[in-house]
Parts: sequence; structure tokens; C-alpha cells
Amino acid sequence: MKAIFKHELSLYSHGLLAYVFGAFLLEFIGLGAMLYNINRAVANFEYALGSFCIGFIALVPLLTMRVVAEEKKQKTDQLLSLLPITSTDIVLGKYFAMALVFIAPMLVACVYPFIFSLYGDVYLPSAYGALIAFVFLGLALISIGMFISSLTESQGMAAGLCVAAMLLCYYASSLADQISGKFVNVAVLLVLGGVLALLVNKLTASGLAGGTVFALCAAAVAAVGIAKPSLLESAVPTLMKTLSPFERFYTFVNGVFDVTGIVYYISVAVFFLFLCVQCWEKKRYNG
Amino acid sequence: MIAVEHLTKRYGSFTAVDDISFTLEQGHIYGFLGPNGAGKSTTMNMMTGCLAATAGSVTIDGLDIFEQAREAKKLLGYLPEIPPLYPEQTPEEYLRFVAEAKGLPKAQIDAQVAKALAETRLEPMANRLIRHLSKGYRQRVGIAQALLGDPHYIILDEPTVGLDPLQIIEIRDLIHELGQTHTVILSSHILSEVQAICESVLIIAHGKLVAFDTPQNLENRLASGGRLTLSADCSAEALRRILAAVPAVCDCKLLTAEEGRCKAQLEITGDASEACKALFFAFAKAETAILQLTPEKADLENIFIELTDAQPDGKEPRHESDL
Repeated sequence: MKAIFKHELSLYSHGLLAYVFGAFLLEFIGLGAMLYNINRAVANFEYALGSFCIGFIALVPLLTMRVVAEEKKQKTDQLLSLLPITSTDIVLGKYFAMALVFIAPMLVACVYPFIFSLYGDVYLPSAYGALIAFVFLGLALISIGMFISSLTESQGMAAGLCVAAMLLCYYASSLADQISGKFVNVAVLLVLGGVLALLVNKLTASGLAGGTVFALCAAAVAAVGIAKPSLLESAVPTLMKTLSPFERFYTFVNGVFDVTGIVYYISVAVFFLFLCVQCWEKKRYNG
Repeated sequence: MIAVEHLTKRYGSFTAVDDISFTLEQGHIYGFLGPNGAGKSTTMNMMTGCLAATAGSVTIDGLDIFEQAREAKKLLGYLPEIPPLYPEQTPEEYLRFVAEAKGLPKAQIDAQVAKALAETRLEPMANRLIRHLSKGYRQRVGIAQALLGDPHYIILDEPTVGLDPLQIIEIRDLIHELGQTHTVILSSHILSEVQAICESVLIIAHGKLVAFDTPQNLENRLASGGRLTLSADCSAEALRRILAAVPAVCDCKLLTAEEGRCKAQLEITGDASEACKALFFAFAKAETAILQLTPEKADLENIFIELTDAQPDGKEPRHESDL
């Protein structure tokens, strides 16, 4: 894993990507800080971070689009497969390198609340709490981007899919609010189950596995419908609010350090890294 | 020793590699020969652990490539068909990364990288970006990464494909040199290349191993009961009349017949020199001059065509001699 990590960092050092990513990240956070903390004289740095969240829609695809897709395109994934290292080493090495590229500019942003505190009353615990949550949010989103990159050989396709996924994560909650009525909720839940089944089918190359996942989703919806039909009235909005990484971050923006949110971000990262490893292994089985 | 036993790879209903078994001993240069799509690369990818097998096993010096991958892969160096290079790195950086990923001790990395660069004559290009190197040099970088860690076995998948004639000669010389210190397994669909470099040839067609022997043995085996090319100073009719008196000739295919001269390809039975003798006397008796009489030698090209043309029929390899 160490060799892959160092190698990835070396690749970042040769290109502009890491520097562009860092510059945009700091620019977005800086803009947020200027608008809220300087122009409006608001002492809460977490609001600046909250306003930046939308920037992840562009920055996460920028960072993650090439990470696996380019390996596949250049056939260098074959080199990694023939080296005496495991798929987990490969995926974790790559992920930690991206994490470092993300965290390095965030260390610069860590100075902002401290600077503001020199000129006014800044409640540092909530500012740094939000910064920590912001880093975990970014790491969770990066794992999603990395997984999407491992699904295709084309950087462009990976970037497009990642933007779509980030938009879905960002607007999921507000879009879900528009869904009302039992039947619409059931229909949306079944569509989501279908998407999940397609994903499983793609990962396992097994129609049976995909079909089983869809059947389980449909059975779960049916079970909820029988046991507590009222839950289905607002099932999709509730589900989206629970699953949306951005929604969870707003708790931190409001000054509450929600440990379950951090655990959720770690779980998302672990889940998508696991899927990445499975994608890598699948290539070994299917060529 | 590399032992491949009942190796099979299926993609759905398509069988890319069909129950292949062979053993490769140390200290030889082996050629893996077959037309495009025969299953060479798939077999090599499975031998190196890059691709999982549907059935069968590959052991490298007793280590299973799928079960004991980490240890077994350390004994192998592999250059895939498309050299897996990072164009934004220099050869030295690239080799350093591969050396580290192969788990070489830190103290040995510098020496190993320098040795690989020297063996592949890459020192002048060590600090240029790979994207600026010619195809030949890129191929060398690919071979250099395979040499890191002094593996017992070096597997090269079509190492000369896409190179110009000069680069092909350079890479062949390099493989020759490597063959003196390593076991080299080389895949190619270029017959002359295999003939020039390899001590033993494995011919694969339609996913099956159809022959495994030295090029010389294969030629000898298929040369007997062969053909003769005859050119005589007579008409086609006269030729047929004379040949009718020679029992060794079982078939005659007229190639040209003009201005009282004709050329034909004869299928003969039995010993070729005996048939030549009989033909000489038959033509002498008819007072007709033989202008040319040449036994056709089955070279590797003919063997290749003969062995790979046949449709898959589940037959065992023609021969597998002790090496």
C-alpha cells in the first residue's frame, strides 16, 4: 500500500491536477469566508463551509475521475495486478493519496477561524468541529467518486457520472420533499431498488444477484407497507434525509458536533472502498 | 518449474483457453506461438495471476499463483502485450515504484534499478519522461520492470509487436541475453521470431495446446511423407504418363504448363530420396529432362498453418517431448 500511495503522490506531483484542486478548494472556502465572515461580519466560520458544499459537485469529479479509469485505459491496471500486492492495498493506497491531496489545503483553511478569532468573538470549537466534519464529508464523497471511476475506462464518463451522483447527493433531500403520496413513494422506492439491482448486476456480472437485490428491496417495501403503511407516506423524503451526506453536514453547520454523522461518513467511505476493491477483483475474474 | 494443469478460461459460453496442461523447466527460452485470438495472452495472464482461471492450476516452483499469489508473483517478471507504463514518469521513477511494490528491500532498490537500466541499455533515457521515449525504448522500460527483483521466470507477451525492424533486432538480442540468465517465455505470432530465439515451441490454436516441441523436431516430424516440386521439359500429358509409372507418387498438382515445359507439385509416399531416385530413372527412360526436383521441407510456417488451421476437435497435443 505504501508503494502505491507514494506512486500516486508522485503522479500528482507531475501533473497540475492536485494543485488545481487545492487552489479551487481554497478559493471556494475563501470566497465563503469573505462573503459571510468578512463582508457580513458573521463570526461563524462553519457558515462559510456550509456555503462551499456545492463546490464538491465540481471538485470531487476533478480529483477522482482519473484515479482508476485512467489505469484501465492505459492498461497499467495490469501492472498493478501482477505485482505482489492485494487489491485492497491498491485501492487504499490510491484513496489515501487522494485524501492527502484533499487534506493538505484543508490544513491551510484551518488557520482561517484562528485568524478571525483575533478580530472578533469566534466560537472555535464549533468552527473546528465543522471543519473536521467537512473533511470527513469530503473523504466520503471522494470514496464515491473513486468507486464511480472504477466502473469505467473513460475519464470523461467517470467525471459525468460523478457530477450526476454529487448532484443527486446534494439535491436528494430537497427533491425528495416533492414526493408525496403512498403510491409515488412506493414507485420511487422500487426505482431506487432497481438502480441498486443494476449496480449489483454490473459489479457481480450475475443477473441472479441483481434480481435477488431487487426482490429483497421489493419485499422490504411490501413488508413496511403491511406492517406500518403510514411510513410509506413519506418514506422517500425520510430515506433521502437520512442518506444524504450534505444533509448530515448541516447539523455541524448549525453548531452541533454529531458523532453519528462522522460514523456515517466513515461507513460511506468504507462501503464504497469495499465496492472499489470488488470492482478491481471483478476485472481479474472477467478480464 | 512452471506447471500448468488443466487450465481453462471461459467467458460465458465462449472458451478462450480449453484445458491446457504443460510444464516449463528452468533455463530455456520457450516460444508461445499461435494466431491472433488463439488464447496466448489469456494463458499468459492466468500464468502470471493477472486473470483468474475458470478451472485448473498454475504453480511456480511449487507455489500456486492463485492461492499463494504474493510469493509466487515474486518469482515472475511479466511484460504484457501493451507495456503498462506511466507516461508522466521517467523510467527511473517508474522502476523505483515497481521495485518498491515488488517488496524489494530498501537497500537493494537503487542497485536493482541501476541493474535493470543497464541490462536493458536504458541509462541514457533514465531521466526522460516515458511519454517522450520511442516505442522501442518503452518496450525496454517494460522489460526492465519485469527484470526487477531477479525473477526466475520472465514472461514476455509479444515483445516486438509494433516495432520497426531495427528495434525488433535490438529486442531479440536483448531476449537472447536474458535467456542466458533467466527462463524466458515469449509469446508471438511471428514465426521467424520464435524460430530465431526459442529452444522450444508451444503452439496454441482455438484455446488448445496443439504442439509442444523444439522447432527442429517439429520440422522433422512433419517433413516426412512430404511433397516434391518437379519441373520438366515436357508437356502436361507426357508428365502424367511418366508419373503413372512411379508408384511413390500418389498425387500430382500441375502448377504451370507452357511452351513444352511444366511444373508440378507431387505428393509422395515413403522416403523422399527413394522417390527422387525413382523419378529420375522414369524421366531418363522417357528421355525427358528434369529441370528441377526439390523436396519441400516443412518449415515452422507450414507446421504452424497445418496445426492452427484445423478446427478445434478436442485432440491432444501432437507431441510433447522431454526437454
